[in-house]
Amino acid sequence: MTVETYVDLANVLPSSAGSVFRRRVLGHTTFLVGAGILVVIVGVALLAPLLAPHDPYAQDLSQRLVPPLWDDGGSWTHPLGTDQLGRDYLSRLIYGSRISLLVGFSIMILSGIIGTSLGVIAGYFGGRIDLVINFIVTTRLAMPVILVALTVAALAGSSLRNVILVLGLLLWDRFAVVTRSATLQIRALDYVAAAQAVGCSTWRIVVSEILPNVLNVIIIIATIEMANGILLAAALSFLGLGVPPPLPAWGAMIADGKQYMFFSPWVITIPGVALFMLVLGINLLGDGIRDLTAPENRS
Amino acid sequence: MFVYFVKRSFVALLVAITVSIVSFLLLHLSGDLAQSLAGPSASAADVAQVRKAYGLDRPMAIQYLDWAGRAIHGDFGESFFLKQPVFPIIAQRLPVTMTLGVSALLIALLVSIPLGIVAALRPNSWIDRLALTISVFGQALPSFWFGLLLMMLFGVTLRWLPVSGTGGWQYYVMPAITLSYYSIPAFMRLTRAGMMEVLASDYIRTARAKGLRTMTVLFKHALRNAIIPLVAVAAVQLGFALGGSIVIEAVFSLHGVGYLGWESISRADFPVVQAIVLILACFYIVLTLLADLLNAFLDPRIRVR
Amino acid sequence: MSALLEIRCLDVRIPLATGTLHPVRDVSLSVARGETLCIVGESGCGKSLTSLAIMNLLPKRARRTATRLVFDGIDLTGLGEREMADVRGDRMAMIFQEPMTSLNPAYTIGNQLEEALMRHRKVARTAARDRAVYLLEKVGITAAGQRLAQYPHQLSGGLRQRVMIAMALMCGPRLIIADEPTTALDVTIQAEILRLLAALQREFDMAVVLITHDLGIVARIADRVAVMYAGQIVEIGPVKDIFTRPLHPYTQGLLRCIPIPGRTRPGEHLGSIPGMVPSLIGKIQGCAFRNRCPHTFPACATTEVSLLEVTGEHGYRCILSPQASAANAAEVAAV
Repeated sequence: MTVETYVDLANVLPSSAGSVFRRRVLGHTTFLVGAGILVVIVGVALLAPLLAPHDPYAQDLSQRLVPPLWDDGGSWTHPLGTDQLGRDYLSRLIYGSRISLLVGFSIMILSGIIGTSLGVIAGYFGGRIDLVINFIVTTRLAMPVILVALTVAALAGSSLRNVILVLGLLLWDRFAVVTRSATLQIRALDYVAAAQAVGCSTWRIVVSEILPNVLNVIIIIATIEMANGILLAAALSFLGLGVPPPLPAWGAMIADGKQYMFFSPWVITIPGVALFMLVLGINLLGDGIRDLTAPENRS
Repeated sequence: MFVYFVKRSFVALLVAITVSIVSFLLLHLSGDLAQSLAGPSASAADVAQVRKAYGLDRPMAIQYLDWAGRAIHGDFGESFFLKQPVFPIIAQRLPVTMTLGVSALLIALLVSIPLGIVAALRPNSWIDRLALTISVFGQALPSFWFGLLLMMLFGVTLRWLPVSGTGGWQYYVMPAITLSYYSIPAFMRLTRAGMMEVLASDYIRTARAKGLRTMTVLFKHALRNAIIPLVAVAAVQLGFALGGSIVIEAVFSLHGVGYLGWESISRADFPVVQAIVLILACFYIVLTLLADLLNAFLDPRIRVR
Repeated sequence: MSALLEIRCLDVRIPLATGTLHPVRDVSLSVARGETLCIVGESGCGKSLTSLAIMNLLPKRARRTATRLVFDGIDLTGLGEREMADVRGDRMAMIFQEPMTSLNPAYTIGNQLEEALMRHRKVARTAARDRAVYLLEKVGITAAGQRLAQYPHQLSGGLRQRVMIAMALMCGPRLIIADEPTTALDVTIQAEILRLLAALQREFDMAVVLITHDLGIVARIADRVAVMYAGQIVEIGPVKDIFTRPLHPYTQGLLRCIPIPGRTRPGEHLGSIPGMVPSLIGKIQGCAFRNRCPHTFPACATTEVSLLEVTGEHGYRCILSPQASAANAAEVAAV
């Protein structure tokens, strides 16, 4: 096990906290709060056309940098103000949730498939295959992700599809490491040996014995990578090489607003809070799932 | 023990070579380099000319071997943009990034170790809850946004620190804090978990039974063992931070290697980008080897192999 | 001559979510200078916690109360943690059960031995080192000088336990509390360690409180024995009395369980004590042993039994009269 995995395991293993009873309650609260936040954001994303008061792409240069409701100069016409091109911020925020969710979800799925496949194969077959896959993982870990992602985005052109692809193809390492550990543990258990003895095909064993038990860990890592993907995509957009304008990506909104932030701070605060809440919700959900499915709670 | 490290070093070398190949391929396959160099307004003839001039029409393998052959001697080619050898350019920027990375690491350790210790000593107390909250919030904060907020607070409102740029130590404070915030949750969890496990161990009971003072038990005996996994992780985390500093450097206009990378990508200066990727990867690899060494040094049980 | 260690009515309570755990109840005993007292009982009877209570090394949530807890003239109940730490390791030392995990893996044996002395006395490291070498040789470790530079994982279990003993002796304590020091060791090593302890005790004129579940060990080295059950001392007295004339039904039951050379016939059934230890949470009404006692009768459920002293030395906690108990004892007497 490489040293890097300590960091990941520190995130995945339950942080011991008092009695089982307390853990259950805490687990529930964390899970519920996280799930609650996500439900709200997903709801907003799905109902965007109904909720957004204006067209997020409609520019109105006479209404540039109108402050939000609570500042003087603000009004209910544009509850969260407008950006430097006069576009309604609330609408952009609402539509931006679609982008963040789509990006996060897609990256999670893509990296999850790659990472889990590599991890399960490495853990199940061991030996040379394990060595090779370990080598691949170490190589991936040695590469500076953001730099590489930026480079590819610059060359291939910045688009939603490319952001998802490049990040999805880079962020599978945690999946691989953790599913490998889990597979190793399960493989050593008796019922797998029994299945092998009966003559089940490898494919069958992997799908019906190993995957269901690795699922728990996969879900936890999935939440971590979804959050990670969203933050990285936002960073890419912030640096100008992520989701291209005029798409209302939250990261890009912060980048655009940077030059105005000293006089119109809401331009960067609002999308930042949105990103923060989304990632927080995902993290809490993951923590909640982890606490609820911790071995102590399984009877 | 020695054999183990020789093996590790050999693998590390292979990894470095593989990284250079992968980044080379990514660079050359994601898009048309000649096109990017020539610019969006160039004609097909211009692009062809550029391609020939930079040797981009040769087979991929040849291009790579050519580059690799010279890289071994420290010659990373010439920057397209600055028309100077690549390596000295990077070397000049390196101290900035190193300072940033090491400062961020120190801040993270200074914050997370005490918090982790106290949280372990008083589980479920308000300090433990606070540490947990910091942990949860820290992982959800976009680093660039946090940096901007700090900038607004300390740079503009309070005017304590310079908003951006490179210079003396003041220019590193906010970037280092921003970069450190990412590592604090993991470090704190590790310290807390490590301390709790160690404090429950038999040798701590022995230490107390010997009548040793509480501070001695905590620091000489408990922390010494609890910190072992943390030290290794910290070394690796430094490696990650060096690679990920690009965002922070961009936010604060700190002219380090990350910033150079960003600039180079924007102006299609690919020899520089290629070299930076390799150098950062080498740093990471060296740091993981160092982490292993530290582990062996700190835990006598590992030395016997 | 006053006792070295005197305990009256020692109680330990631990608040749990489901109630208050009361694992040490009303324990009273005394240990004279140079004497060996064995506390014997099955797992969970509270003997380990009693020893931890004396040293005040209980878990954080535990509450200790005692009418009297005096060691070498010092009232231990009045001591704060700092003062208690001054006593621990210096005049009172403890040896634990698992030698494999009782030493810090990150420091050398020498370091851990020397720090025990340097903490309590103003001596230079060289003087501490000399004492460490002296004691290592005393506990039968050869090449003591080289051993000092070794790490715990380089030593076997038996050697580590010897190191633990040496460590306990560094400051020349008056009392050693040994909590099952040989349980985790091979049988052959067990005998050696016990012999070693007995020899050291004589040489350094120390009192020893040895906690064990093994009656064989008790027979071998004890001067006096305290039998514990469900947190209470049910019988206490000189070892000869306990083995020849056990007065408490539990002690009698214990003696029935072990084969006695010369008395137990081949093929004969060994006794057993049916039933389980009662829960230690909350109050126990009447006698704690009544559910498993062969001589129980209704009054056992309601009467609060205290330790009845037959002679000044031999006491037992049962409402049966000494004569009735003695009659029961005759059935199981070990020669």
